[in-house]
Amino acid sequence: MNPVLQVEHLSISFTQYDRGTRRRRLPVIRDLSFSVQPGQVVAVVGASGSGKSLLAHGILGILPYNSAMEGTILYQGEPLTRKRLETLRGREIALIPQGVTYLDPRMEVGAQLRKGRSDLSAREKSRNVLARYGLGPEVERLYPFELSGGMARRVLIATAVMEQPGLILADEPTPGLDARAAGRILGHIRERAEEGTGVLFITHDLELALTIAHRVLVLYAGETIEEADASDFAAGRLRHPYTRALWNALPCNGFQPIPGSQPGPGEIADGCQFAPRCARCRAVCRREASVPYVPFRNGMVRCRFPEGGERV
Amino acid sequence: MRHRLQFAGKKLLRMLLLLLGVSLAAFLLMAASPMDPLQTNVGQAALGSMSQEQIAQLEDYWGVNTPLPERYLGWLSAALRGDLGTSLLYRQPVLQIVAERLGNSLGLLLSAWVLSGALGLTLGVLAGAFRDRWPDRLIRGWCLLLSSTPAFWLALLLLMVFSVWLGWFPIGLSVPIGAAAEQVSFLERLRHAFLPALTLSVTGVSGIALHTREKMADVMESDYVLFARARGESLGGIVLRHGLRNVALPAITLQFASVSEIIGGSVLVEQVFSYPGLGQAAVNAGLGGDLPLLLGITVITAAVVFGGSLAADLLYGAVDPEIRRGAAKG
Repeated sequence: MNPVLQVEHLSISFTQYDRGTRRRRLPVIRDLSFSVQPGQVVAVVGASGSGKSLLAHGILGILPYNSAMEGTILYQGEPLTRKRLETLRGREIALIPQGVTYLDPRMEVGAQLRKGRSDLSAREKSRNVLARYGLGPEVERLYPFELSGGMARRVLIATAVMEQPGLILADEPTPGLDARAAGRILGHIRERAEEGTGVLFITHDLELALTIAHRVLVLYAGETIEEADASDFAAGRLRHPYTRALWNALPCNGFQPIPGSQPGPGEIADGCQFAPRCARCRAVCRREASVPYVPFRNGMVRCRFPEGGERV
Repeated sequence: MRHRLQFAGKKLLRMLLLLLGVSLAAFLLMAASPMDPLQTNVGQAALGSMSQEQIAQLEDYWGVNTPLPERYLGWLSAALRGDLGTSLLYRQPVLQIVAERLGNSLGLLLSAWVLSGALGLTLGVLAGAFRDRWPDRLIRGWCLLLSSTPAFWLALLLLMVFSVWLGWFPIGLSVPIGAAAEQVSFLERLRHAFLPALTLSVTGVSGIALHTREKMADVMESDYVLFARARGESLGGIVLRHGLRNVALPAITLQFASVSEIIGGSVLVEQVFSYPGLGQAAVNAGLGGDLPLLLGITVITAAVVFGGSLAADLLYGAVDPEIRRGAAKG
């Protein structure tokens, strides 16, 4: 079976003006590869401000004008061209954005769900979709400022399933919600996956990601440093020292942080990006230009000396 | 309901204070003017041939010898009773002159107001939607050129090209010379009003277009427009459905704020086209020392401008769902 989404060697960079007229390119995402199978939830976990949202925008072809994207993206096995995207956006590929600011503040919820259509079938559909997420028909007449945080989140999910998308890109769909409300929202997203939709779940919250994801991708300084099964975490079968550090920093695992912080897009040095913070770092890690991303124990890792023995 | 009454009461009080201030300012400016009404209106030669009593009589008529506070308070107490006095130049009640002149100017002002608003909004929305691409550069360049052009200079230019060289339009006045008022056709009036109205509209466009462009560009960079694109809405659909809806409030503000600019502009433009409107009457009153007429025109136009901003405030409530729903609850 073809994966719903296949991303190969994707890089996204920004052009910035640096002190006057000197232009410089800031690489935000570098050499990213992964795939999403039908019915699979793939989580992309990375620190806030590491350009995770841009991944979703890049797939949808709605990056800002001062950015550039390289690499290939395949949807259902075929390249996702600009022309093809125009027919797929919002129908086959749906985005669940971060929050209520993604709704037009001066338009009623119902009208936004229907994207300007007002025929009977569209009206019935919007009512059904809202009902599915426990929202009554009266919500259609509300403006975004009249929605509570949880309601807004459910409305945003409802926008994604007005059609029958094959792929949902969920971009931090739960910040600001308490654990129970967040759990409900994630439950709705998981439900879509069980019906066969591929889900790319973008978040900074590893704990949350593990509650619904099948596979987890960990981003560090714009690169993927590990791809693991969700079950690898609890079983202790992790590969990269940063993933291990993330896992140990969770409240349930003793809250142990490691010192230092991620390099920003403009501070990329040669060698392993994690080297300055790594307990397993050796001389070769800093010397060699870049660390290859290789398959390792049923996952992927970008480390010369991963956990779990010598690399094969 | 109580909230609305309070709102209306506050606005009314503010308007009264504003009118008081405006009339006082106009009066003080007039009093500070070095111009002698007798010299201007009667003429040096005629004054020389008059007797002392005649001159004293004229001085009384023009109010030269009355102390300033007394003159202003006299006007104010009459105005409060609804009597704006009699024009010294035209020897007619001020209200009658203002009504007549406003009738002449109204078509001019209204068409310029509607045209500049509609054109400014359209150009601004287009420029904002295509920010930094060629339609935006073109519109912005045009607007900057226009806003650095004085209205009277543009009026002179149009007059030269279309009336003098091409001969398409009359060079001035609101009706043909020598025709009886009742024989002048609507088309004739339109031909006379066309160039002044055009001048006023064109100069009003740039401000509205440039401000609307900024708002529209903000809207186009908003999260909800990004999301609309992610949902496959076309650029045209986004501009019409999200763009217009979200620039509506600032557009209303701009449109009603432009009332004052149009009235102000009409003073100069009517002068260039010798158009017998309110603006021209204001110039005559100012230059001729006709205090009651000048104060009358000032106060009435100030009230019109204030009415414009009041209308904008009231329209907000109808357009902005947050205010509307808030008012319904409260």
